[in-house]
Amino acid sequence: MVTAEHVWAAFEDIPDPEIPVVSLVDLGVIRSVDVSDGRVHVEFTPTFLGCPALEVMKRALEDKVAELGAEAEVEVVNDDSWSTDKITAAGREKLRVAGFAPPGPRLVQLRSQVHRCPYCGSTQTKLENLFGPTPCRSLRYCTSCRQPFEQFKTI
Amino acid sequence: MNELLLGLADDELIIGWRDSEWTGIAPMLEEDVAFSSIAQNEIGHARAVYQLLSDDADALAFDRPPADYRCAPLVELRLLDWAHAIARRWLYEAADEIRITALMEELPLAAKINREEAYHRMHAEMWHERLRDEPRFRAAVEELWPYTLGVLLPEQREELAARVGLDEVSAVERGMHTDELEPLLEEMTMVRRSAPVGAQW
Repeated sequence: MVTAEHVWAAFEDIPDPEIPVVSLVDLGVIRSVDVSDGRVHVEFTPTFLGCPALEVMKRALEDKVAELGAEAEVEVVNDDSWSTDKITAAGREKLRVAGFAPPGPRLVQLRSQVHRCPYCGSTQTKLENLFGPTPCRSLRYCTSCRQPFEQFKTI
Repeated sequence: MNELLLGLADDELIIGWRDSEWTGIAPMLEEDVAFSSIAQNEIGHARAVYQLLSDDADALAFDRPPADYRCAPLVELRLLDWAHAIARRWLYEAADEIRITALMEELPLAAKINREEAYHRMHAEMWHERLRDEPRFRAAVEELWPYTLGVLLPEQREELAARVGLDEVSAVERGMHTDELEPLLEEMTMVRRSAPVGAQW
């Protein structure tokens, strides 16, 4: 019999399609998992509404539940419950190691405007472009170690 | 309420389409990326609102005759000049912020949209800082200002005028369309209209 714990553990293996170093659980986009009578109801919130990976993620969740021998019902919830504060501590560290500066906590980041280089830790960085390869990223440059890097936007 | 939301979704879809026209031809590579990302966000917002209004968001987005669209004339204009494109982004974001924040209490989706729009506003403000005293930009703002007022409900316009530092004038109202809408829709719906029945995406 599948339990919610099994499902959560299985979801840890689903990589984000655009930043595969983090899982959907790390990203905090899975809001709830409920199991009843062998049916698994998953509530899922997109990071950005225009995210082209939305359908891919939804299908990955359904496939993963099917692997566990149950049927999934994935509900996409477009409310305001996701922010970058939902990214887990483990997720932030995985991002940093992969060269993506993790988003700072909203309350601090949006006021302080201090951005730390994921490679050398310096705060001597400058904005190159607010927009990057996907809607969730900005491009910055570290003037200490002279590396360009991608910054996960705080939203 | 539905009429208001349909206007919002149509504005976001059509401005997203117009912004996407800079993909590949913006004057700076950075702006190519910025306009493409902004377009992607705006169209994503449109999709989410259409989904609230209909079980078939694509049909609502693409299958109406031009007269049934509720977008403001501002977003329809085909602006081939950079100063105009930036002036529209700056003016539209100012109006959109007033409209979106007014909806946030009753519509959780509006709060989510607002998070993303914060970055569009930063982008618009950076350009406004840079171009504000340039005659080309000023002229573009003047020209687009009556259209911008038409994005908002009459009672919201005073706030907009104060925010952008312009005097209220007679607005180009939502409900009428420019000649630019029909060719835009013709192009935007081309793939959908030519797809064979039963095609899966």
